[in-house]
Amino acid sequence: MGQIHLKNVSKDFGNVTVIPPLDLDIENGEFVVFVGPSGCGKSTLLRLIAGLEDVSGGQVLIDSNDVTSLPPAKRRLAMVFQSYALYPHMSVRKNIAFPLKMAKIPPDEQNQRVEDAARILNLTDYLERRPGQLSGGQRQRVAIGRAIVREPGAFLFDEPLSNLDAALRVGMRLEIAELHQRLNTTMIYVTHDQVEAMTMADKIVVLQNGMIEQVGTPLELYRTPSNRFVAGFIGSPRMNFIIGEEATRHNAECIGIRPEHIEVVKSDGAWQGIVGVSEHLGSDTFFQVNVLGFADTLTVRAGGEVDLKYGDTINLTPNLNNLHRFDRQGQRIS
Amino acid sequence: MISPSVLLLLGWMLVPLCMTLYFSTLRYNLIVPSDNPFVGWENYYWFVTDPSFKAAMFNTLLLVGGVLCITVVGGILFALLLDQPMWGQGLIRIMVISPFFVMPTVSGLVWKNMFMNPVNGIFGHVAQALNLAPVEFFSQIPLLSIILIVSWQWLPFATLILLTALQSLDRDQLEAAEMDGAKSLSRFIYIMIPHLARAITVVILIQTIFLLSIFAEILVTTNGGPGVATTNLTYLIYVSSLLQFDVGMGSAGGVIAIILANIVAIFLMRLIGKNLDA
Repeated sequence: MGQIHLKNVSKDFGNVTVIPPLDLDIENGEFVVFVGPSGCGKSTLLRLIAGLEDVSGGQVLIDSNDVTSLPPAKRRLAMVFQSYALYPHMSVRKNIAFPLKMAKIPPDEQNQRVEDAARILNLTDYLERRPGQLSGGQRQRVAIGRAIVREPGAFLFDEPLSNLDAALRVGMRLEIAELHQRLNTTMIYVTHDQVEAMTMADKIVVLQNGMIEQVGTPLELYRTPSNRFVAGFIGSPRMNFIIGEEATRHNAECIGIRPEHIEVVKSDGAWQGIVGVSEHLGSDTFFQVNVLGFADTLTVRAGGEVDLKYGDTINLTPNLNNLHRFDRQGQRIS
Repeated sequence: MISPSVLLLLGWMLVPLCMTLYFSTLRYNLIVPSDNPFVGWENYYWFVTDPSFKAAMFNTLLLVGGVLCITVVGGILFALLLDQPMWGQGLIRIMVISPFFVMPTVSGLVWKNMFMNPVNGIFGHVAQALNLAPVEFFSQIPLLSIILIVSWQWLPFATLILLTALQSLDRDQLEAAEMDGAKSLSRFIYIMIPHLARAITVVILIQTIFLLSIFAEILVTTNGGPGVATTNLTYLIYVSSLLQFDVGMGSAGGVIAIILANIVAIFLMRLIGKNLDA
């Protein structure tokens, strides 16, 4: 129930190859996040799995059945859209019941299942309202409700939180993670926000230009990014990349070090630099530091109460265990 | 404070309206010169009891209803068709919309002489080619012929409005419905039609107002005949006032038409108001 395998799946729009052939295995009950910059093909990949786009080559297998030529409705998948895609002329009850109505399930059972879904999602008081009378978060929950009543093999989420404000987004993030724990159904979640990916995923798939850059658990990607792209994309603030002499000293074309792996020391640091702009977040402070001999400024994390001002000279020591080395092609040197 | 433009518009509307009301109470026939005495409701009485009045009301109803049915159903189908991606889309859309730009008199004559004429018309030729007797449109099915001509004129309008509405439908909704297991007919019934409801109401409202006053097509094709088969209320008023020179009777008919149009308008305004609230 909810194993999805992509074999050599590719997608062309006319002459443009959006997704070169790729393989991907998604196990039952996994929470998989597709993450990547805009236009990396992550939504297209999701739509290929959903069946809303036809593949140009390869096979989509769900529970070992070839569903490549099946229409979306027959794949037993439910999708939550970025725009929610609620039916504006139907009440919340009718919206949630729509998939059941289409499946010709008797009205009594329809009602029962709608009530159950509404209870899980705290929508019971809103069942008779129209989508237009709901807030963004409530609409999102209706869209999720419409997905869960069908008891699908897997849920597909297409950037479901990007239309919500920041506070609501954190709340919904938790609700979706909670829902996954409760239902234990495979979920595939598309986002461009690496924080969402890190916090929710069992497995992250990082995509760039339609190609899979790396697949792994959030911590695997954080600890051992397989190339510069993944290294730069995962982690916030992003990893510092240093090229030139310093990199050569470590036998690499480029070295990377995360802001949290650089220590500010009183004296005898490996690097010396001048403090630039700083961002105080309370718990942490992020400094931009101009290190002598480096082309770019470094971002350095320090404690929240640290007393450094613009223009101060400081010493820095990188934690060499967490230094990432990359070759000329940007691949990791282990 | 009322601005001068409102006064001007009010005058523009009120003066003819009051004149019509006033004339409808006079015995005022141009062939019988007299001192036009006040006769109260007499004109109304004779207008309503005239046997052709009943026929005219019935014809008006059929004409409006028939054209509305054809244009709304046809308009939805055309809109669905034009919404599909196809080669030469822009040109096809312009061509579909062009009948709306042909003036009623011209389109009436074109249909009468080039299409529906049993000897020279295309339909006649087709019928002959198939060894069938050509249909004499204006004597065998006169009202239906008028309905067809008027529908041809108004179909582009309905198509245009409905196409615009269809294009504003969120594609995600259709895809969501597809994921929810709705087949194309279900998607049409449950997603597209409700989305189009408002546009359909607008089409019906605007068309009804214009269709109640159809005149030119009837004048150039059938002259209201045979008998009174294609006489609608507008044409009956024309017959009274300009063929029988009975100004009083014509005005009485005009007042009845005004009342009728307003009843329709009130109904439709309420309908549209409800639709816009939701």
